[in-house]
Amino acid sequence: MKGNRITQRFSALAQEGKKGLITYITAGDPDLDTTARLVETMIEAGADLVEVGIPFSDPVADGPVIQQASARALANGVRVKDIIRMCAGIRQKSTGVPLILMTYYNPVFQYGLENFARDAARAGVDGLIVPDLPFEESEELLGHTDRYGLALIPLVAPTTTEKRLAAMAPAVRGFVYCVSVTGVTGAREEIHTDLAKFMQKVRRHIQLPCAIGFGIAGPAQAAAVAPYCDAMVVGSAIVDLVARAGTGDPAPAVASLVREIKCAIEKCA
Amino acid sequence: MPLPDERGYFGSFGGRYVPETLMPALEELTAAYQEARRDPSFWQELEYYLQQYVGRPSPLYFARRLSEYCRGARIYLKREDLNHTGAHKINNTIGQILLARRMGKKRIIAETGAGQHGVATATAAALFGMECAVYMGEEDMARQALNVFRMRILGATVVGVTAGSRTLKDAMNEAMRDWVTNVDTTYYLIGSVAGPHPYPVMVRDFQRVIGVETRRQVQEQTGRLPDVIVACVGGGSNAMGIFHPFLEDREVKLVGVEAAGCGLETGKHAATLNRGRPGILHGSKSYVLQDEDGQINLAHSISAGLDYPGVGPEHSYLKETGRVVYTAVTDGEALEAFQLLCRTEGIIPALESAHALAQAVRMAGEMPQDAIIVVNLSGRGDKDVQTVARALGGEG
Repeated sequence: MKGNRITQRFSALAQEGKKGLITYITAGDPDLDTTARLVETMIEAGADLVEVGIPFSDPVADGPVIQQASARALANGVRVKDIIRMCAGIRQKSTGVPLILMTYYNPVFQYGLENFARDAARAGVDGLIVPDLPFEESEELLGHTDRYGLALIPLVAPTTTEKRLAAMAPAVRGFVYCVSVTGVTGAREEIHTDLAKFMQKVRRHIQLPCAIGFGIAGPAQAAAVAPYCDAMVVGSAIVDLVARAGTGDPAPAVASLVREIKCAIEKCA
Repeated sequence: MPLPDERGYFGSFGGRYVPETLMPALEELTAAYQEARRDPSFWQELEYYLQQYVGRPSPLYFARRLSEYCRGARIYLKREDLNHTGAHKINNTIGQILLARRMGKKRIIAETGAGQHGVATATAAALFGMECAVYMGEEDMARQALNVFRMRILGATVVGVTAGSRTLKDAMNEAMRDWVTNVDTTYYLIGSVAGPHPYPVMVRDFQRVIGVETRRQVQEQTGRLPDVIVACVGGGSNAMGIFHPFLEDREVKLVGVEAAGCGLETGKHAATLNRGRPGILHGSKSYVLQDEDGQINLAHSISAGLDYPGVGPEHSYLKETGRVVYTAVTDGEALEAFQLLCRTEGIIPALESAHALAQAVRMAGEMPQDAIIVVNLSGRGDKDVQTVARALGGEG
């Protein structure tokens, strides 16, 4: 893979000795203009990478917060091609921050695997996460994403065996997304997984950067998770702020949460 | 080549499209099933429960008055409605519960649409003293209040699902979320030939008993194989069960019947194989009702058991190879067939099965009198009488 923005960002973070913050938002909730504005807000507030969710009608890996955000976005009529176009707009304004699309396999499959990889890459998207596409089924898509320089980022779970890690290692691109819990997305009070053991197991097989996600609700948890990873993903906590804002502007609350978490993992407080 | 292949594909359909958290559990399940499948004692135990508890073999009944009404082929009914709990679903739940027990699992989860699979799962869990939770859309809970009550009496927890369409599709999403969360302790008992590998092949193997018995019975009673076998298709487990032992018998025409709901042209239907296209839903690649963006469409059928926008991957394969013909029957036609069977034979069929009956009645009139049609009467209609009463304006 050529000098992808994801690789560059992780190298820069490593050189500075810092942990990265990946923020997630569901596209089209409540509308695409707001989403684009929130992505820029998050970047200004210190997000190192941004994950944009393409809503899917049947999101089995997501908890209620993202599930409801997806339902709202779809009720508003958001389309996959419009989300990719929105990414192109964001890319024109924010040159350095990696953009990652997250969606389920069926929307990608219906768009056409090659068309999706091509259009996303042309829009300036850097990576793709598909939570219901295990590596055994990803070979065909990986051929297209590799060709267009889009990183297909896999998920690993606490249940993933050493044998599976070894088998998937050659197919990992960009970074590996480590799911901190057995469960769906959503903020949690506590993460019970033995992260030290889990991450040791992952790093024995995969040399690329490791991000931890699922369940990180705020600054305190972010600080607790930071020692075990190269970056962390905060999703439901942000999406929840968008939902709570209702018809009001969610940007101030989102910006302040992103800043607080960023501060907590950089120990600037 | 035996199907599915080792990755769980029937041609280009099947596979495993699930969150990584579940992949090790699917590998474990596949290994456990392969091992059980080779173990004669597993099948002996299953056969014991199928005979002594479920009441198998179920009769193959010649519906004389129905056949006379149709003035054509002789119609035989495979009476899965006479099984314990009133449908074919129990064949599979007993099989999977025995497997779950071998695997040392203590908690069972399931999803249900019409409630027949939920009742069968709650029954099997009670029989073996396991904890059981059943996910059911709130819309279906309202339509199938009797079955909700039956599950609760049997000791299961019925979890109402309020997301999306509040029907089977959303119940399946919620069951998968539960499984992702509790995968270490929990066995997910899928009720149809759908879901990720190995469920489609496993459920088919447990339902094959329907076809194996039918084959023997029809030969004993008529001296030959039937001309046509008709079965309804939602997810497709009763159809797969009766079709599978006849796949090599090219002279036997196999007809799967989907729910055309308000009509195929209205968009309000559940005719996945007739109107859908290949996609990925609930863990496998198969035909799916969806829009251009791959968002899953809502299905509609008067029968909660057929109201599903997906279908088992082996059916998609059988459609593409042309071995099985898939037709569709509207809510209205199913209601007519429902009443017809009640009045000609004194049998109240499930609305699911009434779809297959309507197709058989349609075909029988155009066939000679020595022709034989077997209809899989997959379940009894007690659960549906309120739905039918409402549809007929309260008179029934």
